[in-house]
Amino acid sequence: MRKNMRISTLSLVSVLLIATATSVMAAGSEADFKTAYAAAEAANEEAGALRDQWTVTATALAAAKKAADAGNFDQAVAQSKGAEALAKASIFQATSEKEAWKTIEIR
Amino acid sequence: MAALAFAAAPPAIAADTPNPAADAKAFQKYFTGKFPKLKLEDFVNGPYSLNEDMHKQWEEKEQFPPYEFSLDMGKEMFGKPFKNGKSYADCFPNQGIGIRQNYPTFDEKEGKVVTLELALNRCREANGEPPFSYVKDEMAALTAYMAFTSRGKPFDIKIPNDPRALAAYQNGKRYFYTRRGQLNFSCASCHVQNPGERIRAEILAPALGILNAMPIYRSEWGGMGTVSRRFTTCNIQTRGVPLEPQADEYRDLEYYLSYVSNGLPISGPGARP
Repeated sequence: MRKNMRISTLSLVSVLLIATATSVMAAGSEADFKTAYAAAEAANEEAGALRDQWTVTATALAAAKKAADAGNFDQAVAQSKGAEALAKASIFQATSEKEAWKTIEIR
Repeated sequence: MAALAFAAAPPAIAADTPNPAADAKAFQKYFTGKFPKLKLEDFVNGPYSLNEDMHKQWEEKEQFPPYEFSLDMGKEMFGKPFKNGKSYADCFPNQGIGIRQNYPTFDEKEGKVVTLELALNRCREANGEPPFSYVKDEMAALTAYMAFTSRGKPFDIKIPNDPRALAAYQNGKRYFYTRRGQLNFSCASCHVQNPGERIRAEILAPALGILNAMPIYRSEWGGMGTVSRRFTTCNIQTRGVPLEPQADEYRDLEYYLSYVSNGLPISGPGARP
């Protein structure tokens, strides 16, 4: 039960972060994209240092870049914010698992 | 009431001091308790030991095993000298025959775990040959042949009295139980908590004995896979970015998983759905 609650909590945090990130979008400029993308990349690098990057973060970063290359900065900013939210969720996971793994160890 | 309160208490956090012998004992007890009808040595056949229909399929498959081409290729590669005239046999104890059960080893000079795949590539590089990919057919073929020469020999992984070896073992254990990827799965989520259950069409294998059959031919892959391929694929399936093959974490994970299966026979190369 505790395990399921942790999974649900993590899923909920992910969803809320992404929803928040994508719902507050105003019209984006190239400068907005660069700022949002840099923040997402920085968070993803931090996840990498914790050896816990997610494939979906890389996918969102690539989609952001593609949208920016096509001149669609609204979409590029939204994708960047989504990538940042995913990267932050992976950082949360890696940080909480530093001790949490011990609770399921066979002993 | 006191008994209820005790039962509801969260499990105690394990002591941080590693005790590999106690871990292996508890690990094997957990799985033999979960599957009381299975003999210890049957765990090396993974899902084929857990389901009667699948076991029949496996017996039929073994008449014309899908890993046979790889095994033949590995035997030929193993016997072929390098350009400098030396061969794989010169890099290993007992000429590399019947030694699979001793890998991974802990190299006290380097202070790190050395897997069989890593040792094979180091052998190649030491003899002026380029390394093979850790996830492709050549490495699978070589390890298939070496496993075949060890069939039936029990895993005999040693952890020397060296704090670095214990730290590597502990790091492998940590990696095994740590949740990762967007799906928030650890290795243990599938292979400790749910062996015998289905995940989509697959029956999950128990972690006990899971490496004894490596390398494996997987119908899902349509080809052979090494231990490195197995680990990286698992990470991707949880939507985690895999580490580079033979990263310290994977080497330590292999060390841990092999150690807790000590005493179970090598059955590789194997086949899986």
